[in-house]
Amino acid sequence: MNRPQAIAIGCSAGGVDALKVLVGGLDARLEQVVLACCHSSSDTVDLLCEILGRVSLLPVIEALERHPAQRGTVHLAPSGYHLLVEEDEHFALSVDPRVNYARPSIDVMFRTAAEVWHENLIGVVLTGGNADGASGLQRIRELGGTAIVQSPSSAEMPTMPQAALNVAGADYCVDLSDIAPLINRLCLP
Amino acid sequence: MDATELDNIEVELFVQALQRRHGYDFSEYAPASLKRRIQQLAEHMQCKTISGLIEQMMHQPQLLPRILDGLTVPASDMFRDPDMFRGLREQVMPLLASYPQINIWQAGCAHGQEVYSLAILLEEAGLYDRTQIFATDLSERALQQAEEGIYPSREAQQWSRNYQASGGTQSLADYYSARYNLLKLDKRLRRNVTFAQHNLVADSVFCEAHLILCRNVMIYFSNTLQDRVLSLFRDSLVRSGFLCLGLRESLDFASASTSFTPFDERLRIYRLNNHPERNLT
Repeated sequence: MNRPQAIAIGCSAGGVDALKVLVGGLDARLEQVVLACCHSSSDTVDLLCEILGRVSLLPVIEALERHPAQRGTVHLAPSGYHLLVEEDEHFALSVDPRVNYARPSIDVMFRTAAEVWHENLIGVVLTGGNADGASGLQRIRELGGTAIVQSPSSAEMPTMPQAALNVAGADYCVDLSDIAPLINRLCLP
Repeated sequence: MDATELDNIEVELFVQALQRRHGYDFSEYAPASLKRRIQQLAEHMQCKTISGLIEQMMHQPQLLPRILDGLTVPASDMFRDPDMFRGLREQVMPLLASYPQINIWQAGCAHGQEVYSLAILLEEAGLYDRTQIFATDLSERALQQAEEGIYPSREAQQWSRNYQASGGTQSLADYYSARYNLLKLDKRLRRNVTFAQHNLVADSVFCEAHLILCRNVMIYFSNTLQDRVLSLFRDSLVRSGFLCLGLRESLDFASASTSFTPFDERLRIYRLNNHPERNLT
């Protein structure tokens, strides 16, 4: 297997705590682009950047319009916008209608990331109360990427990981605490 | 050849066909969103593939308005980003008040929610009677909807909250009548609005504006097209005129941005410099 170049993470209800565990466990030496989309009702992700920044060994920033995706950095999808990745690994935003009642939508981010990184992408679906991310994860697998799904039994809200398993299946279905070590193992030389 | 490559070829052919058949150039739209919209359009028009959509577009010219609508119009809300409207209300309106006649260009007005929001701000600032708003969009269909000013009433609660948060002191309901599941904006709000088709890709300066709003429109454009449109705004604004963009828009890759100075960076409100580097062509 090729070394992955990017990791895309989606979560919803319960997602902040889950992201703290996952992002907090990522190895400081990772050279992959990390993207995360977390549904939330707040106007900005400033606070989430701060919360994750405190536990993460990698820098955590909001994904900026037109800017390049940076290696070894966690980028959060801004509130109220879909986050898309262009072929040249730059970010684009959209205010197109909500998908699965969500904007940012995990499916939108997963699909565009899949088309950029193909088999070199890892898609991760964590806790959540709806089915966003499932069809995007399916797309990731179709294009040769790797799917990791949090085991529904370890999720605060099992709906989202269960939907992902039903629709897309997974290469790995593991407990939350095992996801970061798994990613480190898949990504580090 | 994998499915992604096939899709990309079809998207490219669609863009070429639209340009050659109908004269609309989408080649400088940001690819990821454009592809998404073309795929959705194909789905809505019951085409199995984008090639199927191309066939319909080529041979059924009456579908053009629907196609343009599908490619361009995002949803909006009244007083979306209330902080920005508060900034307009408290910081920009007092400065606009010094002009005897005020021209405002709402570029890419879509279904008009922001046009009416703006009209309400102007009305409440006592400036509306000496203001002319030019509301333009590429899509004729969107313009028709904007002109009607009828929206689903399920939005009303959110819009009222936005209005209050923007510093509105009345009730948003004073500006519309609700019937069935719809709300209809007071037609007096559009007494000084001119709706017109304008294509930011191809058309040129048409007014001298004191304020231009173009929020979340250029996010769908490539860097090249963004720069072109920004130059168009530069050439359309009076000196020290205002430009409002969407809250997450970045001008970091547009050379024309040197003609503008942030007025309120967080709210993406800019002012044209006193000596902008205009194109004197």
